[in-house]
Amino acid sequence: MKKVLTGNFATAYGAKAARVNVIAAYPITPQTTIVEMLSEIVADGELDASFVKVESEHSALAACIGAQSAGSRTFTATSAQGLALMHELIHWAARARLPIVLANVNRAMGPGWSIWADATDSIAQRDTGWMQLYCENNQEVYDTILMSYKIGEHADILLPALVNLDAFFLSHTSQVVDLYDQKTIDQFLPPYNPKIKLDVNHPRSFGALTSPEHYYEFSYKIQNAQEKAKEIIRKVGKEFGEMFGREYDLTESYRCEDAEFILVNYGTLAGTVKDAVDRMREKGIAVGSLKIRYFRPFPSEEIQSVLKNVKAVGVIDRAISYGHEGPFFTEVRSNLYGSKASLYGFIAGLGGRDVSIMDIESMVDYMKKEQPSHLIWIGVKK
Amino acid sequence: MLEIRFHGRGGQGAVKASDILAIAAFNEGKRVQAFPFFGVERRGAPVTAFTRISDDEIRIHSYIYEPDVLVVLDPTLIGAVPLTEGLKPNGKIIINTERESEHFSFPDAENPVVSTVGCSAIALKYGLGSQSAPIVNTAILGAVAKATGLVSIKSIMDAIKERIPTKKEENAAAAKETYEFLR
Amino acid sequence: MARKKRADQPIVIKGASDTPPMAASMGSMEWNKTASWRSIRPVILEEKCKRCMICWKFCPEPAIFPTDPPKIDYEYCKGCGICIVECPFDAIVSEKEGK
Repeated sequence: MKKVLTGNFATAYGAKAARVNVIAAYPITPQTTIVEMLSEIVADGELDASFVKVESEHSALAACIGAQSAGSRTFTATSAQGLALMHELIHWAARARLPIVLANVNRAMGPGWSIWADATDSIAQRDTGWMQLYCENNQEVYDTILMSYKIGEHADILLPALVNLDAFFLSHTSQVVDLYDQKTIDQFLPPYNPKIKLDVNHPRSFGALTSPEHYYEFSYKIQNAQEKAKEIIRKVGKEFGEMFGREYDLTESYRCEDAEFILVNYGTLAGTVKDAVDRMREKGIAVGSLKIRYFRPFPSEEIQSVLKNVKAVGVIDRAISYGHEGPFFTEVRSNLYGSKASLYGFIAGLGGRDVSIMDIESMVDYMKKEQPSHLIWIGVKK
Repeated sequence: MLEIRFHGRGGQGAVKASDILAIAAFNEGKRVQAFPFFGVERRGAPVTAFTRISDDEIRIHSYIYEPDVLVVLDPTLIGAVPLTEGLKPNGKIIINTERESEHFSFPDAENPVVSTVGCSAIALKYGLGSQSAPIVNTAILGAVAKATGLVSIKSIMDAIKERIPTKKEENAAAAKETYEFLR
Repeated sequence: MARKKRADQPIVIKGASDTPPMAASMGSMEWNKTASWRSIRPVILEEKCKRCMICWKFCPEPAIFPTDPPKIDYEYCKGCGICIVECPFDAIVSEKEGK
């Protein structure tokens, strides 16, 4: 059934469709309507879940960790400062191998106090072991929440997922979303049933002191799970396509086959770039777009196969690692080591600044005229 | 794809209007996108909202820079903000005002087609808002439907009843009246 | 109490070169009269007021002067209503703001 929904409502409907057992979240603009909608859904009896009111984001993730450890499917949502407040437990959730799903509304970190779109908050959680991905539109947000539980709960994965949606550009933007039939969803996503969990009948202790003799192997296993996740993401994405009509992968190529210039992007920019690609193609410029959905696990094979022989690659980052360059640019470039492609690192849209089709055309213009540069600030007012 | 930009002041319901227009078009089988300009919203401060309507999937996620239609809920914005910036040639401008369209000039726009309707009076007739702050967002949608032909008045009225929580019939009737008023 | 007037020249920032290093306000607290945010107005009933000053302590702004009796600064009061709730003697009432 098709409905016009904001990104936040699509997120809430995704959690509802996934039949989550426990929801614990703390309000923060621009995430609040996710949790408000979920509390209404639970209060109306449309979802049989425990809604835990907590006093901070740290407590929200703590509650999810506790509940997930006991065998519940849990969900939380936050943004920017809230995600940062959760940080030590973000490490915990992944290392404890708990497939929690957290919807993060990508918002800039303050000061300057900003409620607008920026990927710095999620990228700062990059190394924690969570799977991490960026959504282009509200349909993808809804679909991704469903897939993330299936992928995360796979016995060989057991990792949480950070599902990112841009502040306001998705969270508060109404788009058409196709909501699926619950019976089919239940076939796709069976209940959560972990082998190891908190159980008074089979007592265990969790997160115990781990000496150098064993910690290294636990870490090795987390990395293996992330690498295996690539295969499972592709498999589940295909299965999703067969059951619901929309197939997903780690990345998405658009008009890259014969492209001279390829723009690598993520988040809502992916949509705008596709329109810009069409416009530039009409003007005879051979440009294509490579949208990165998953940042972790990093889609190294896809990036190499699509980009290695192209003339120029421009990576558009909605974040910057101060003291160096755009984080996606760093990773794409290192992944292309040995390639002859000219590489350009564009910074755009920080703090919610709009990135228009004209801005994107100016990036390709730059790639045509200027030498490769690792740090090009689009639209900065000097 | 058609792009409509709404201009109002905080509290007048420009954002809701952009949403209702999207719902009306969706109910007629279109793909839609609606969102506000994400600035700091305060009562009285200028508010901009956007609606995109298309037969194809809408992929773009930036603001509307070259609208086909402008909807002006508050005529005091004319001259105060760069209202017509980017308006396409022969773009339509619908203004809530008692004055005739000839009264307005938009030197920066190329051959705009201007329609005017006194939405405030009509809104007050149906008890929407107060003398000092009439709520014109539903009334003006009737004029938008007539001036642009983008959606039918029935779709507008149904969308109003779907999205407006109170005085559903009155809001829908206000839209119908402006629709019939505009020639 | 004397208040500084807003600077004659509005502060216009053109770009990075004249943006200060940190986001610190340049006097906006003074001239940004947040009274416009109010939709309810707290009113102190002087006869009931016991001068305990709890309202002054709780006001987040602060928009209450610790005088005898306490006086609400209606230029800045945002109408949050905390003083109304916290007064132990129900000496502050809520009135609808507006014409």
